[in-house]
Amino acid sequence: MKDFAQLFMAIDQTTKTNAKVAAMRAYFETADPRDKLWTIALFSGRRPKRAVNTTLLRSWAAELAGIPLWLFEESYPIVGDLAETIALVLPDNGSSDDLPLHEWIAFQQALTAQDEDARKAAIIDAWGRLDTTERFLFNKLLTGGFRIGISQKLMTRALAQATAQDEAEVTHKLMGDWTPETVTFESLVLANDPTSDQSRPYPFYLAYQMETEPAALGPPSDWRAEWKWDGIRGQLILRGGAHYLWSRGEDLMTDRFPELARALDFLPDGTVLDGEVLAWDHAAHRPLPFAQLQKRIGRKTVPKKLLAEAPVVLRAYDLLEDQGADIRALPYADRRARLERYIKGLPAAAPLILSEWIDFDDWDALAQIRETSRDNAAEGLMLKRAGAPYLAGRKKGDWWKWKVDPLVIDAVMIYAQSGHGRRANLFTDFTFAVWKGEELVPFTKAYSGLTDKEFREITAWVKKNTIQRFGPVRSVTPHHVFEIAFEGIQESPRHKSGVALRFPRMSRWRQDKPKEEANTYEDLLGMLEVYG
Amino acid sequence: MVLQFTEHGIYCPAGDFYIDPWKPVDRALITHGHADHARWGHKHYLATDAAAPVMKHRLGDVSLESVAYDTKMQIGGATVSFHPAGHVPGSAQIRVDVGGEVWVAAGDYKVVDDGLSEAFEPIPCHAFITESTFALPVFKWTAQSELKRQLNGWWAENRAAGKVSIIGAYSLGKAQRVMAALDDQGPILCHAAIENTNAVLRAQGVPLPDTVLVTAETDRKAFPGAMVICPPSAIGSAWARKFGPQSTAFASGWMALRGIRRRRAVDRGFIMSDHADWPGLNTAIAATGAEKVFVTHGYTSVFTRWLREQGYDAHIVDSGYQGETLDDGEEA
Ligand SMILES: [Zn+2]
Ligand SMILES: [Zn+2]
Repeated sequence: MKDFAQLFMAIDQTTKTNAKVAAMRAYFETADPRDKLWTIALFSGRRPKRAVNTTLLRSWAAELAGIPLWLFEESYPIVGDLAETIALVLPDNGSSDDLPLHEWIAFQQALTAQDEDARKAAIIDAWGRLDTTERFLFNKLLTGGFRIGISQKLMTRALAQATAQDEAEVTHKLMGDWTPETVTFESLVLANDPTSDQSRPYPFYLAYQMETEPAALGPPSDWRAEWKWDGIRGQLILRGGAHYLWSRGEDLMTDRFPELARALDFLPDGTVLDGEVLAWDHAAHRPLPFAQLQKRIGRKTVPKKLLAEAPVVLRAYDLLEDQGADIRALPYADRRARLERYIKGLPAAAPLILSEWIDFDDWDALAQIRETSRDNAAEGLMLKRAGAPYLAGRKKGDWWKWKVDPLVIDAVMIYAQSGHGRRANLFTDFTFAVWKGEELVPFTKAYSGLTDKEFREITAWVKKNTIQRFGPVRSVTPHHVFEIAFEGIQESPRHKSGVALRFPRMSRWRQDKPKEEANTYEDLLGMLEVYG
Repeated sequence: MVLQFTEHGIYCPAGDFYIDPWKPVDRALITHGHADHARWGHKHYLATDAAAPVMKHRLGDVSLESVAYDTKMQIGGATVSFHPAGHVPGSAQIRVDVGGEVWVAAGDYKVVDDGLSEAFEPIPCHAFITESTFALPVFKWTAQSELKRQLNGWWAENRAAGKVSIIGAYSLGKAQRVMAALDDQGPILCHAAIENTNAVLRAQGVPLPDTVLVTAETDRKAFPGAMVICPPSAIGSAWARKFGPQSTAFASGWMALRGIRRRRAVDRGFIMSDHADWPGLNTAIAATGAEKVFVTHGYTSVFTRWLREQGYDAHIVDSGYQGETLDDGEEA
């Protein structure tokens, strides 16, 4: 795996995208096809089965390093990565073997058939044959979760360059539920038939957040608007008498949402829809709160009761395949006309609903409509250019999300906890409270929203103003006020405050505000009343 | 007790002096010139001959006496001597002997020879006061020879790609260590904060390669393929961007952790520290033969627990010192 380790180092030792892609491309031009296939799999989130549980790995690593387990456990959160912690504590090796990547993976997978003693011996032997970087990669393979500094998008770009193909084409080929055991590099990347796998989805087209006023987009007549629904993006595939539902993250969600099987009764074979999976109130003809959908997301199989309580529909907004033909190159308005022909007029029993267009004559009128998004159970608007094809991935220009401004509340920081990984030596996780009389009631945590510089500043402050430590959490002197932005608020018996926020983050450090001027618990309940 | 831990700092009652005090006192013995150890505002200072010039440069016209390494002197009822700590040029451990009981306050130290600082000497003692900046088993430093290879390899690569190499390193110690490790590949340019310290060290006879001070008037495009050394906070600043196409790096012990290196968004991280790593701390403590160990700045509670398990009578000491930091501000 020396060439793979070299690739990793090249990617890890630069912050420049072009240099990363060039390194990956060079690897794809020279590596063993079996190693290339595994590399594609790893960088597209297809990890090998976990061969050893991490509790055992930790104790073996501590034993080999000659340190007590507690000391290993104290070190791990500071490093922020288990594979790296193990690689760092192990005693140094002089030299290392050069087994190819796919052989190391086969080595790991063979472990699943062995008993614990044999596994331990094999892994300790392997650690002894690898240098620190190779050990880190070996441990990454062993513990799953292979995020090492290059996105699937960039990997795909490098692969397209190395094989002289179109990037969107390669993106499409890499989708679906293949594994390195079911395909070869040749059949997956070089063969020319992306539909050979009937469950294979198309790459999702992803919108950018609007950066300007909509007037900059040109004449309103070139554009179509619809609500931006607060559900899960889904691609529904009807092929060969079967249906498949894919998430944007390329998870197959078919079994989680059995309602959608009925789509086969209403639509012809060879149909692929893009839309939003929503928990749906059939009587009121509107989405149920996101919390209802959340109950469904967590479950691989759905109990009857939940199926009745929180039924889902696909709110369809685009048609990608019609009668077995890929129609992504057609203008949006044409795809949409075909979609409407299928979806409009379906009986109420069908789990498919059209995501209607919103009529508007000018941008000002649309801006006013956008203000009513929350009343329509939407997060804002989507704007799509009528003449645009359906592109692959996040592309600027033809699709924009135009969200409503978030809700905000000013709160006092009362607890701090240090971050993980990249932010291991900073305090980044905070708990915030609002006033209830003289008392501060905690109601949300937030992690993101500050710059690295602000995180460093607040970290220095936390160290000097710790009142008490509870494990990794510190209570701090109530002093700093932050504006917390969030997308929604719900009642939540699980939380002490009785409310749960959706996507809370720190939107502003209110250094101008004394803690006494933070919002109150009554304010919070008021927001629950209005927006809950 | 030979030394006591008070709110002003480490105090010796027999000699009525403090070691690296963090609040103003009458008589301060200073291990080295870093800002968290050599603070402003004491009445009388005592340090090694080698540390004195930098301290004068930083603290201005203070009452400062200096002494050679390994020279015993009597202060009240205490016999005191300074011994190399290997941390930065001039840095010392302070040995205090009161009636045959010997304590050593090590200040900041590292045990590997960096080719620049006076090499660390283990001093037998009954009680040892140690730092713990990198006291976790994940910190194991790259050998000096390998560091040299990496650093010069990176420079050569950048020169070949038509880029300037910009490395962030603290002005006293780390920056000079980087310079001392460089081959004669091309010009070395220094930020004013670093060049000022270079001048002080050169004047006292520390051998450093030639460097060019970067001023507002410097034509930065006139030094293609140069190595630029600046404080960490200057990386990515307008000052640094003026050098044109560049590759950036930090030299710090924290670069051993991938997450921290990535958060700082530099191209390269060289694992180069002025503090002892895990094996270094453990060897140093064992070599003193001390039974009592006091642990200051760093991973104090973890390291104290570990030392107790190894049979030492170990204690945490809260101090006003700071470990090696990447953040804006002074080095430690
Ligand atoms: Zn220091
Ligand atoms: Zn220090």
